[in-house]
Amino acid sequence: MVAAASSGTAVVTLPADKQILITREFNAPKHLVYRAYTTPELIKRWWGGDRGDVTSVEVDLRVGGTWRYVMVANGGFEVGFHGEYQEIVPDERIVCTEVFEGMPDEAALTTVTFAEKDGRTTLTMLVEHKSQESRDAHINSGMEGGMQEALDHLEEIALSLR
Amino acid sequence: MARAATTADAFNAVAEPRRRQILDVLMGGERSVNDLVMLLGLSQPLVSKHLRVLREVGLVDVRDEGRQRVYRLNGQPLKPIHDWVKNYERTWSERFDRMDVVLEELKEMEERDGGSGK
Repeated sequence: MVAAASSGTAVVTLPADKQILITREFNAPKHLVYRAYTTPELIKRWWGGDRGDVTSVEVDLRVGGTWRYVMVANGGFEVGFHGEYQEIVPDERIVCTEVFEGMPDEAALTTVTFAEKDGRTTLTMLVEHKSQESRDAHINSGMEGGMQEALDHLEEIALSLR
Repeated sequence: MARAATTADAFNAVAEPRRRQILDVLMGGERSVNDLVMLLGLSQPLVSKHLRVLREVGLVDVRDEGRQRVYRLNGQPLKPIHDWVKNYERTWSERFDRMDVVLEELKEMEERDGGSGK
């Protein structure tokens, strides 16, 4: 099912009405996946995806410490997330709260686990919201980016037609 | 906030894990209620209850075959859910694709630094 090369796709499922589950396999041992996941300079390089530039990453990796990621999405608007670490087991597991700053009253609880087998690591991210409405809004937060992407494509096509 | 009494759309219908299990089984083809009871190890009234909900939102169709009621999957109502989640999934796929690049560098660095890594 999973390709031998490292590029897999993230699989998103909705195991319950307040949850989002994201899984992805990486062709690297878990201590490196953990490092890429928790080191600010490295987070800056991947967290924006194709959707924008990461402008700020703060990570105070200890129980009670806070984190904050900010990016400027391609449409020009700023998107920020922050939270607090509740549990940290190096190379194994991170539990933290997560607030989308567009909806500051709705904190989710995120549990990330790193499981290694034969030198490959499966990252599992379970996001638990307090309500289904909040969960749905979280998923919708990706929509703006997607819409922007669609518009960009449209623009490309329009330009190619000139 | 009062919870909605029933499941009015496919989004709610598939939020219940047992109902997703039923859909998984039906993905393999038509099944009678008895088959489903056996395969899922649930009581017949419970299976019937879930099937009723799935039918109400159009996720399963039913037909009579002799004395049996046979159910089959109708995937159409799942399309909006699929589309909705796909976009979010793409965001994470993009992020993780970039993380692959970072990881390749970390692996090289570790090898260069004397292979002290695991």
